[in-house]
Amino acid sequence: MTDTSINSQASTGDAGFGDFFSLLKPRVMSLVVFTAFVGLLAAPVDVHPLIGFASILFIALGGGASGALNMWWDADIDRIMKRTRNRPIPAGKVTEGEALAFGSFLSVFSVVMLGLAANYVAAAILAFTIFFYVVVYTMWLKRWTPQNIVIGGAAGAFPPMIGWAVATGGISIESVLMFTLIFMWTPPHFWALALFMKSDYHEAKVPMLTVTHGRKATRTHILVYTLLLAPIALGAAFTSIGGPIYLAVALILNALFLKGAWDIWRRDETAAEADSYRTEKKVFGLSLVYLFGHFGAILMESTLAQFGMGGW
Amino acid sequence: MALKVEHELHQRRLGRNVGLGLVLLGFVALVFGLTVVKVERGDFSATPPQAEGSE
Repeated sequence: MTDTSINSQASTGDAGFGDFFSLLKPRVMSLVVFTAFVGLLAAPVDVHPLIGFASILFIALGGGASGALNMWWDADIDRIMKRTRNRPIPAGKVTEGEALAFGSFLSVFSVVMLGLAANYVAAAILAFTIFFYVVVYTMWLKRWTPQNIVIGGAAGAFPPMIGWAVATGGISIESVLMFTLIFMWTPPHFWALALFMKSDYHEAKVPMLTVTHGRKATRTHILVYTLLLAPIALGAAFTSIGGPIYLAVALILNALFLKGAWDIWRRDETAAEADSYRTEKKVFGLSLVYLFGHFGAILMESTLAQFGMGGW
Repeated sequence: MALKVEHELHQRRLGRNVGLGLVLLGFVALVFGLTVVKVERGDFSATPPQAEGSE
């Protein structure tokens, strides 16, 4: 253990409320809350507002708990990567033991409470999501295979399915489509990030595709996944969660995302370095708009349906 | 002259304790609200509502 690592250790009881909140990865949680909320509202069953609110809260807590457990397990590489160096554990604000206890407690608490507030199908999917993110992705895949993002992305894709299950008590083609949309979107989103945060993953020895297969292969993968994503996103327009607004949004966003992926694929490293990865950064930003746009359109269709509009 | 300087650590602990207190209060209110909703819907009744009505 180096002097730096000794000095960076926090002592128990020193962490503030905000430090524990940061362990929940609030930015990721906002995506979880939004997609779960859309899944809940898009379902064809009415939910009492308080039960809906409580369910979203417990889903968010479950997502946050898995974030805390991820930070506990990954504290060693978080200290190396520039992007994660300021997280509560590497910054010395929260001890690893506190993060483990906090994450474990919230995991059990959120699953039990979701089961009691909504139903056990939703609780079971939440439990599986936490297990998948912490054990399958964080502990197993992340440091072992460059496909970590592809398979691990499933964890982030479950929230709309949980929201749907809160309302209906089950799984359907629509909830599977919302899952698949996020599942297929995750790889190009993260690989675009990996292209311009290149030294981070390399130094932390995380087998990101950019490190193991090279940057040209990563560019090709982004294009292939974007091509596979488009029919799924457009296909959802013709189910009960879609409609003309969703179709219009999906057409525009998929055209833009495909153009971005095409631009990334055509570039080489010299061109990318010359303009400080401008295209890659632009596509990463667009990927966020892409996801929020699609789910926002689903939300709009379901809201309009309440007034006899929306849908086909 | 009284010297009463509060250490930053104590401020942080106070903030954490107040935060936790508010979270617990919110949780109690949420469970109370959920209980009211579920009782009104008949989720906790021993016999299903339709069976009672058919008597």
